[in-house]
Amino acid sequence: MDSTIIIEKSVIIVAVFALTMLMAMYSTWAERKVAAWLQDRVGPNRAGPFGLFQPLADGLKLFSKEEFEPNTPNRFLFFVGPAIAMSTALMTSAVIPWGDRLHLFGRDILLQATDLNIGLLYFFGVVSVGVYGIMIGGWASNNKFSLIGAVRAASQMVSYEIAMGLSIIALLMMTGTLSLREISMQQAGMNWNIFYQPLSFIIFLICAFAEANRTPFDLAECETELIGGYHTEYSSMKMGFYLFAEYANMFISSTILAVLFFGGYNYPGMSWAVENWGVNIANVLGFGALFIKLCGFIFFFMWVRWTIPRFRYDQLMHLGWRILIPLAIVNIIITGTVILRADIAAYFGF
Amino acid sequence: MSTVLIIFCVLAAITLATAFLTIFSRNPIHSAIYLVICFFSIAGHYLLLNAQFLAIVHVIVYSGAIMILFLFTIMLMNLNEEREVHRPRITRVGAIVSFCLICLVLIAIFINSKPIVGEYVTTGEDYQSIKVLGKILLNEYMVPFEFVSILLLVAMIGTVLLSKKEKLQK
Repeated sequence: MDSTIIIEKSVIIVAVFALTMLMAMYSTWAERKVAAWLQDRVGPNRAGPFGLFQPLADGLKLFSKEEFEPNTPNRFLFFVGPAIAMSTALMTSAVIPWGDRLHLFGRDILLQATDLNIGLLYFFGVVSVGVYGIMIGGWASNNKFSLIGAVRAASQMVSYEIAMGLSIIALLMMTGTLSLREISMQQAGMNWNIFYQPLSFIIFLICAFAEANRTPFDLAECETELIGGYHTEYSSMKMGFYLFAEYANMFISSTILAVLFFGGYNYPGMSWAVENWGVNIANVLGFGALFIKLCGFIFFFMWVRWTIPRFRYDQLMHLGWRILIPLAIVNIIITGTVILRADIAAYFGF
Repeated sequence: MSTVLIIFCVLAAITLATAFLTIFSRNPIHSAIYLVICFFSIAGHYLLLNAQFLAIVHVIVYSGAIMILFLFTIMLMNLNEEREVHRPRITRVGAIVSFCLICLVLIAIFINSKPIVGEYVTTGEDYQSIKVLGKILLNEYMVPFEFVSILLLVAMIGTVLLSKKEKLQK
């Protein structure tokens, strides 16, 4: 492998890492601002203009807090829990296409850390591993509230993963590929998948909420019953990592939603922009389009959090197993029938 | 030594070490976690063979679903050393016999799988991609594939029935 590729890829990786961290940081600020706006308050406004330095202040506070350790026989696992949560949250961004390509220094640069043939499955794999952070942390805390929180979170995530996977199958039957780059490319123009697979989108959106442990599915950290859920015993930056991982997950889920259903980096008139303004400007605009879409989804996540109350646990399981999974299967059957009909029509020439 | 060989040696060491630790560690949760690490290193072996699809599916199915359910059960059952089940001698014999059978099956797989891989190597087709994999599963291996799905379906129906039965008895 020649060294320019290594340099190119490392620059992209560092940029994506920095972007994820920055977005997770400012999501905490945005969450408080949105909450304040929805509740007719002002929100954080002391640190810097509009409270923009609030995340830095929060980070400093978390770092300088006393690090409390519970009396647990599993100190190592207690440490590993937040580490797993954080690293899995950061790993997913590797397969996301942030833009088509830039033409710099006489070479084409794909705006993506790696274009895996199975990008979407990679996303599912990493998400499914993310449960371990919560489970191991919750168990190693040696506290019954943490354990119940961890078990709740894990069962919820495992249940909703099934519906999530099934909802995506209908989409895959249409696109015929698992590569996120190809899925983005197929949606050029206004050919977005949301118009063809609205049901799949709704199921995926609900499951994304459940996977990120966000309200209305935040039973894992249901304060009135479980104190803080799986991170009851955590303090200082270990606690910060769990919270941070949640925001990073939210950012990644929003990006995946934008890429799969809302055209990714495509925007209306992109091919015109490529012809008239050149590849670079068109693709920087494309990145801007993706960014606006994903910010919209992040806002939606927050909006729902401050609007809809938490589900009861049996309602959560009922929704996952008895409503979403059958709906996803029905969606697969409908998509299959439509595709088969189109194929037969094409075969016989009518 | 080439880098691939070094990576393979490290991975193999991790696989074997964690596999043994799974058996020998006293705490059931620790065994489960060692098994998870073992599964990850096996996924690494698949990646070394350039089988991306297999590696990811392995992580999703084994590490992401089965082992989480395992951990789940162990955490809720609260197993202690005192409550360890007594194992009669016949189970040890059974374990040895099943191990030998698995070896036999594995040898058969190795002997039979080679020519099929070779065919794809000579034609230069990317036999690891999902498209080719799907075509092989639904053409050459249609019957075994369907049998496996029936097996899984039967197991699923069986579990549902068993859980229903317990509820009725209460």
